[in-house]
Amino acid sequence: MGIIKTEKLVFEYIRRDEEGNVEGITRAVDEVDLDVQQGDFVAILGHNGSGKSTLAKHINAILYPTEGTVWVDGMDTQDEKELWNIRQEAGMVFQNPDNQIIGQVVEEDVGFGPENMGVPTEEIWERVEESLKAVGMYKYRKFSPNKLSGGQKQRVSIAGVIAMHPKCIILDEPTAMLDPNGRKEVVRAVRALNDVEGITVLLITHYMEEIIHADKVFVMDQGRIAMQGTPREIFSQVERLKELRLDVPQVTLLAHELKKSGLELPDGILTVQELTQALSGKYSK
Amino acid sequence: MIRDITLGQYYQTDSVIHKLDPRVKLVATICFIISLFVVKSWVGYVAAAVFLAFMIRLSNVPFKYMVKGMRAIVFILLLTVVFNLFLTPGEPLVSVWKLTITREGLQLAVMMAVRLSFLIVGSSVMTLTTTPNSLTDGMEKLMKPLGLFKVPVHEVAMMMSIALRFIPILLEETDKIMKAQIARGADFESGNLIKKAKAMVPLLVPLFISAFRRANDLAMAMEARCYRGGENRTKMKPLKYAGRDRVAYGVLLAYFALCIVIRIYL
Repeated sequence: MGIIKTEKLVFEYIRRDEEGNVEGITRAVDEVDLDVQQGDFVAILGHNGSGKSTLAKHINAILYPTEGTVWVDGMDTQDEKELWNIRQEAGMVFQNPDNQIIGQVVEEDVGFGPENMGVPTEEIWERVEESLKAVGMYKYRKFSPNKLSGGQKQRVSIAGVIAMHPKCIILDEPTAMLDPNGRKEVVRAVRALNDVEGITVLLITHYMEEIIHADKVFVMDQGRIAMQGTPREIFSQVERLKELRLDVPQVTLLAHELKKSGLELPDGILTVQELTQALSGKYSK
Repeated sequence: MIRDITLGQYYQTDSVIHKLDPRVKLVATICFIISLFVVKSWVGYVAAAVFLAFMIRLSNVPFKYMVKGMRAIVFILLLTVVFNLFLTPGEPLVSVWKLTITREGLQLAVMMAVRLSFLIVGSSVMTLTTTPNSLTDGMEKLMKPLGLFKVPVHEVAMMMSIALRFIPILLEETDKIMKAQIARGADFESGNLIKKAKAMVPLLVPLFISAFRRANDLAMAMEARCYRGGENRTKMKPLKYAGRDRVAYGVLLAYFALCIVIRIYL
């Protein structure tokens, strides 16, 4: 069993009218089976309302399944005794950086998680230092979060999660409110964590560029997993992605169009370099 | 414009007072305020003035900066003085039309003015030299015994520090909503006070909605980071008394004893 595993996970929202009568039931997550191995970089894609955020909240035991089971490192999230262990092992970073920073100084915010866990004072300082260094925010440790840019704030949030020494991090659209530079900063920090520290990453996003480096990609649609595979496998199915209302990276789209009009190119081109290589290989002869 | 409002207005510099434990400063401020009401004679006020001047000197905060903060309360100060001046019965000094200034009134008015301004300057020495964060930390630690009576001390302190963290964010948001409404023809500037107040209502509704949404997000983020109240929680920056704090308590005790002596014998 991997670090995160879900089996036939179902989550239903009950919609009520003003008197509290049940109006209807929405299935946000529908029979999802997921198995993530320790050390993997997994991306979950999907347009708005596809159920990807709801799925993420299950892994941190913020929401509980209506049907099915979620295990984090072998612990069932519905087991109340394990609640705090699960939240420590599966750290979560949310979308809006302003709404998840608690401290008034960067270092105090990073120390918030370890304080809650009852870590001794000296060790908190060690953890704060190492996690701020891991996301490259150490020199800002005395700053007020209000003085930082969006990307920097989000990196502080990530440091706050790492300071709890989790085995995996779930990032719920961490870049949705950032400008392109901030997005790059955050994605770079997340990749470094996965490469260097070996922390399992579950990145939820709707930006295609961010998932190129993932080990595995799940595409969600209407609460179900619609596609899964490596980024290359996913991106080779341009038509299917369009059906799911997802944008393909421009290079991939260009390669796809070129191929459709008769040029012989390999499937699932992901980066500009790959395309130039493939093209120059053709015409330099 | 709206961002000029500062709360607690911490003044960043290096001084003995800045380095003191927040608990010492809190206790000292409370003692100083009590002492102002303990003393009744001019000698007592001189003692308080000397003590206060000494503290201001030690704090390295420019006196001008402190007086600037006083401007906001000049109106209240004047009101107190005027009421005391004219409404205290006693031996008349000057009489104009129906208003009489009495000897006792004059004395009381001056005393009240001195008392109030000392009180405000005294407590601003605390807020100027202590960050809001260490202030809430100090309060939490000082009020810990109240926990025995089921007072949620940790929760109150946590709420205060979160409120302080969100003040600039909400101000920024107010600014944004205001601009968005001005762009669509809202008028916050003209008209009398009532009209201006009415114009604020459409501002408050979206602000409240967004504040609730933020609160909901923040609560979720805190839970996700294992927050479960004050129990078994360790501190990253625990408060510890140092030598200088003991000295400060000594000075404070001496001052307070002096005030009581003055009250009894002079």
